[in-house]
Amino acid sequence: MDGLILLFLLQDGLTNGAIYALLGFALVLVFAVTRIIFIPQGEFVAYGGLTFALLSIGKIPSTIWLLLVFGIASCVIQLWRTRYLLTLRSFIREIAGGIALPLAVFFLIRMLARPDQSAWLNFLLTLAIVVPMGPYLYRIAFQPLANASVLTLLIAAVGVHLSMVGLGLVFFGPEGLRAPTLTDISFTLGKLPFTGQTIAVYAVTLALTGGLYLFFDRTLRGKALRATAANRLGARLVGISVAGSGQIAFALSSFLGAISGILIMPVTTVYYDTGFLIGLKGFVAAIFGALASYPITAVAAIAVGIIEAFASFHASSYKEVIVFMLIVPVLLWRSLYAPQIEEDE
Amino acid sequence: MSTPLLSIADYSIAYGTVEAVHDIALNIGDSEIVTVIGANGAGKSTLLNALMGVLPAAGQVRFAGDDIARLEVEQRVELGMCLVPEKRELFASMTVEDNLLLGGYRVSADRRRRGMDDVFRRFPRLNERRRQLAGTLSGGERQMLAMGRALMSSPRLLMLDEPSLGLAPKIVAEIFRIITELRDSGVSILLVEQNARAALRIADRAYMMELGLFTLEGRAGDLIGDARIAESYLGISE
Ligand SMILES: Nc1ncnc2c1ncn2[C@@H]1O[C@H](COP(=O)(O)OP(=O)(O)O)[C@@H](O)[C@H]1O
Ligand SMILES: [Mg+2]
Repeated sequence: MDGLILLFLLQDGLTNGAIYALLGFALVLVFAVTRIIFIPQGEFVAYGGLTFALLSIGKIPSTIWLLLVFGIASCVIQLWRTRYLLTLRSFIREIAGGIALPLAVFFLIRMLARPDQSAWLNFLLTLAIVVPMGPYLYRIAFQPLANASVLTLLIAAVGVHLSMVGLGLVFFGPEGLRAPTLTDISFTLGKLPFTGQTIAVYAVTLALTGGLYLFFDRTLRGKALRATAANRLGARLVGISVAGSGQIAFALSSFLGAISGILIMPVTTVYYDTGFLIGLKGFVAAIFGALASYPITAVAAIAVGIIEAFASFHASSYKEVIVFMLIVPVLLWRSLYAPQIEEDE
Repeated sequence: MSTPLLSIADYSIAYGTVEAVHDIALNIGDSEIVTVIGANGAGKSTLLNALMGVLPAAGQVRFAGDDIARLEVEQRVELGMCLVPEKRELFASMTVEDNLLLGGYRVSADRRRRGMDDVFRRFPRLNERRRQLAGTLSGGERQMLAMGRALMSSPRLLMLDEPSLGLAPKIVAEIFRIITELRDSGVSILLVEQNARAALRIADRAYMMELGLFTLEGRAGDLIGDARIAESYLGISE
């Protein structure tokens, strides 16, 4: 193996690793705040990527229908759940969030979907479709189980994963899609080319990591999320709504998933069920961090990306196996030395 | 008499099918310290948790005249109720300052800033430790932080579950002094204690709880005589 190949593989690994890191962050965040091991994380990747791909050839993605259905369902459930406490203000808020918002997105997409639309606008439109699905999904599937055990929540997560993959097949069909890069800027460093896609991945990952850090370190909302993770009863006692924190966690999860999906579209053909495998690699990284540490997750994600790149170069048919084998020693080590993660309080 | 700040009637609380508190009634007025004393396992913590909305309860409960039976915890906080639970439930992995900030989660940024100054004035110790993680504090400091965090929400009714538990006598005296100060500044206090004598000394009125029932109620001064008998048979020693 010569030096250039080595550099190529490292670059490839770093690019993929950055994506896995974003997904790993989302998994850590969702678990810390809601105790849900969020198997469907990858579905947001597929939904985001495919929605973006359809928008970039000027088609109207049928995910906008799904958004409407999710929005209405979550609104109805929430109104029913709070029927005794309903005030005019909370009623208007529910209608605005669950019905007006998806309707607005719906019509915006119909107005703006054009083959020559700018990639950046399509990026934003994709986020407008996929991001609200996160909180809707939380309300529909998980909020009623807020006090359930980690195992029950995991089972619910598997159920949501299966139904989202099924819906993905219905809405996107069985064909895979690709999409253009967000930026055409590219340059060569020595002999190593940096494409628009690689640059976009690095820039977006760094920006998001910094943004998340500031959110959790500086804002009251971000601190409230950390507080929910640190002590759920304590959080409730200071007036933080655990359900509200859950919704924000899910919004960040769908946000990070959709962005990851858009970022991988230029180099990966994405099918309706591609998300799972990608999400699973983020999961491997998150497990290294015991579903609790963002820095360890980031480092592990980069390592997963690089190992995967080398594995696909040397033994491409075993690439997935090699990556997922990584989890075995970690689980062994964790089960032997780590303290038991506390079940409920 | 004006409407009491908090009033409950026919109030029962069950864990599953086992009822822990049976059909009790209680009133708390403005600027009043009311204490509920009783032996370990009497149901005092159960009562406070239910009043805060952490546990489900049956019966009537009114706060400032409004029926709050169906309200969530966060809505009760918004109305001005606040609980310092027996286990404190601090955010151990966060700084003292962040714990306090979050205590004011439901109030305006301006109120939060003023609340923080007020807490640091009452508990200068917390100011010295503001950048320290809550999990590294001593028992007394943790209790001060729990009370400070509760005060950040500008409560009208502060419920304290065994604030003296596990603390050195000097710190207990300090905490009790601050409780009376709070009452004098217009906060109503519902104080739950096993340390009956200390609680009765600062309280205006008292209820004695045994096996989920109020067996005695009256002015705290009148109960001190009674309490001595009670203490001997509750087996509480100071
Ligand atoms: N989580 C729980 N599940 C079932 N029973 C409980 C629970 N917590 C407390 N109890 C029971 O309720 C009764 C009152 O407990 P508690 O309110 O903690 O008493 P106190 O605070 O007065 O010491 C006790 O008999 C206790 O065993
Ligand atoms: Mg107790």
